[in-house]
Amino acid sequence: MFDTSGAKKLVEVRDLTMHFPIRTGLLRRLTGSVKAVDGVSFDIYEGETLGLVGESGCGKSSCGRAILRLYDPTAGSIRLEGEEIAHAPFDKLRRLRPKMQMVFQDPQASLNPRMTVAGIIGEPLMEHTKLNAAKRLERIYELMDAVGLNREFANRYPHEFSGGQRQRIGIARALALNPKFIVCDEPIAALDVSIQAQVVNLLEELQDRLGLTYLFISHDLSMVRHIADRVAVMYLGRVVELAPRDALFADPMHPYTTALLSAVPEPDPASHDDAERIILQGDVPSPANPPKGCNFCTRCPRVMEICRQIDPVIREIAPGRHVACHLYAEDTHKTAAHAAQPTEV
Amino acid sequence: MPDGATPFVLDVKDLKTVFRTRGGEVHAVNNVSFTLKPGELLGVVGESGSGKSVTMMSLIRLLPMPPAEIRGGSVMFEGQDLARIPEEMMRAIRGARIGMVFQDPMTSLNPVFTVGYQIMEPLRTHMGLSKAQATTRAAELLDLAGIPDARRRLADYPHQFSGGMRQRVMIAIALACDPKVLIADEPTTALDVTIQAQILELIKELRQKLGMAIVWITHDLGVIAGIADRVMVMYGGQVVEQAPVRELFANPQHPYTRMLLETVPHIRGERAAKLRVIQGQPPILSRAPDSCPFRARCPQAFDRCAHENPARFDVGPAHDAACFWDFKTGAKRDV
Ligand SMILES: Nc1ncnc2c1ncn2[C@@H]1O[C@H](COP(=O)(O)OP(=O)(O)OP(=O)(O)O)[C@@H](O)[C@H]1O
Ligand SMILES: Nc1ncnc2c1ncn2[C@@H]1O[C@H](COP(=O)(O)OP(=O)(O)O)[C@@H](O)[C@H]1O
Ligand code: SF4
Ligand code: SF4
Ligand SMILES: [Mg+2]
Ligand SMILES: [Mg+2]
Repeated sequence: MFDTSGAKKLVEVRDLTMHFPIRTGLLRRLTGSVKAVDGVSFDIYEGETLGLVGESGCGKSSCGRAILRLYDPTAGSIRLEGEEIAHAPFDKLRRLRPKMQMVFQDPQASLNPRMTVAGIIGEPLMEHTKLNAAKRLERIYELMDAVGLNREFANRYPHEFSGGQRQRIGIARALALNPKFIVCDEPIAALDVSIQAQVVNLLEELQDRLGLTYLFISHDLSMVRHIADRVAVMYLGRVVELAPRDALFADPMHPYTTALLSAVPEPDPASHDDAERIILQGDVPSPANPPKGCNFCTRCPRVMEICRQIDPVIREIAPGRHVACHLYAEDTHKTAAHAAQPTEV
Repeated sequence: MPDGATPFVLDVKDLKTVFRTRGGEVHAVNNVSFTLKPGELLGVVGESGSGKSVTMMSLIRLLPMPPAEIRGGSVMFEGQDLARIPEEMMRAIRGARIGMVFQDPMTSLNPVFTVGYQIMEPLRTHMGLSKAQATTRAAELLDLAGIPDARRRLADYPHQFSGGMRQRVMIAIALACDPKVLIADEPTTALDVTIQAQILELIKELRQKLGMAIVWITHDLGVIAGIADRVMVMYGGQVVEQAPVRELFANPQHPYTRMLLETVPHIRGERAAKLRVIQGQPPILSRAPDSCPFRARCPQAFDRCAHENPARFDVGPAHDAACFWDFKTGAKRDV
């Protein structure tokens, strides 16, 4: 498995916050905010795949988009190869854009229906390179080969392709400028099981060949176990646990991670007989109004008194294992003191 | 109601459904046959477009006709052939004797009526309950579906419920008239895993309490493994394999099923270095098939598969597979 010791940090995210304003009434007055990402920190090492998992609405996409500066983050720091980009101006972003790309969930919606495949894949080349038409076409063909699309399809339109093929077009486009870092936001969620494996294998192959680094966003925990080197688990705008893949799946530490993993049904009837499933009660609270204290306290099977008062900070409690939970506080006072500092208004 | 001599609550034979579109015909369902025993849960798996939904919508005649056209087959339910009875008789069965739950509760619930009204509606039209009786029963049903504070929530509108709770409301509506058969089409696909776990738990509980037979459509092999008694695998508008759940997972006999089981990663146990891939694309269903629909993607394919569409061969107790290759002998079938 991927070894982080000695590996270079490609992306460093610190206290990233992405709040969306809520406006109501005729005057569109600001009446609150959706705390989609609420103080998230992690590193992504060069050449690794960091899996980002969690339930719908927990802030995965917002986090990925903020990191790529497709959104303007509310606060926090994002470094790409050491360069601060969280609040970088447009021209600096434009210079860095080729290095970081995104593959979207819905290949149908993310491809311009009026452009040919060659046009779609070639667009970033037009924008960011000075290649002439012939060289550009050569590069387009090269990219089509790389993702397993027949060159003969270059002049067809997206609607003429299947979901899996459309996702390949999206991947080819993301690769056009030789990026280092790709955020894959649910790249297989819209695909059939038999097609998912094709796309995942392609992503893995390209990573090996081109030395790519991925942030792989998914709610499919089995697939994340397959593809990720390390995994971050999000709940209600926070990373609650971050750990190397094998450790996380074999021995989840945060009560939410434990419940989440136990909820995944295995494709094996015998495994269902003895499964001690933890069924979480209720729903995820609204990110516009997260609970006081630990944001999981309304559903946590192991909730304690302190959890309703004090927000646990995420700490490294064993090498490489980061957990935000009072169950693991070695010194509650210290943790309490830390968490009691005003973090937001 | 007399059930005839059949041990099945539902007995579907050679169902054939075609869509006539401007681009030509789509042979969505080709000679699909299956049965359902009382209290049994039949899981239906297959990739998108394999005909799962159209099969079930055909048998309760909930398809837009045209473009859909049922070209053949019979659907025996409580002594009648649903393919042949008049629409008004069908209306009395649909949503009453046969309940339905769909993938997206938001599109099946009407946003302008209260949840209470929508549960009471079938109670009043199908069962003839008074308003007071219907209210009481509706609260009971919501409670049964696991919605806290049920009586009060009858007055709420669908948007006031979360996705998981809306699916519970749909289940309450489907159960309102005490159906003999419940058809659930991807009911947990749009839900998060922790909410899916809640709904699966609810269904297991309700089966014990109410004993209805269920057809559960999903593309999630994990869900199937957890709740089905028997599984039917569909591919290209056909049933390609059918077996009791344990048998199917332990001993798959159709190349598609075998590959499908290897292509999904697991959350526990050994981690495969590389995922098995099923190359190629599902078939285009523009004609009635005269060859095996899986042929283009099948590593086992041989000449016969190109000329003949395999029938469903018995391959074990209560187990059949539509394939000319016999994995048990490792040779071509000689029938
Ligand atoms: N542009 C926006 N304006 C306002 N609220 C937003 C916006 N984008 C996201 N949100 C809200 O922020 C929260 C997190 O959303 P996000 O899309 O990041 O979730 P996610 O984890 O990617 O979910 P999913 O698994 O459904 O894709 C949600 O409550 C969402 O409704
Ligand atoms: N209204 C329609 N018009 C034309 N074709 C349709 C229509 N509905 C479904 N089909 C086609 O019927 C086939 C089976 O679809 P469906 O039963 O919905 O698949 P599944 O539920 O297994 O995903 C597909 O090829 C689909 O495109
Ligand atoms: S801090 Fe408390 S409520 Fe939060 S996860 Fe840990 S035990 Fe549960
Ligand atoms: S009949 Fe032939 S092509 Fe079809 S699944 Fe069997 S071996 Fe493969
Ligand atoms: Mg998302
Ligand atoms: Mg369907």
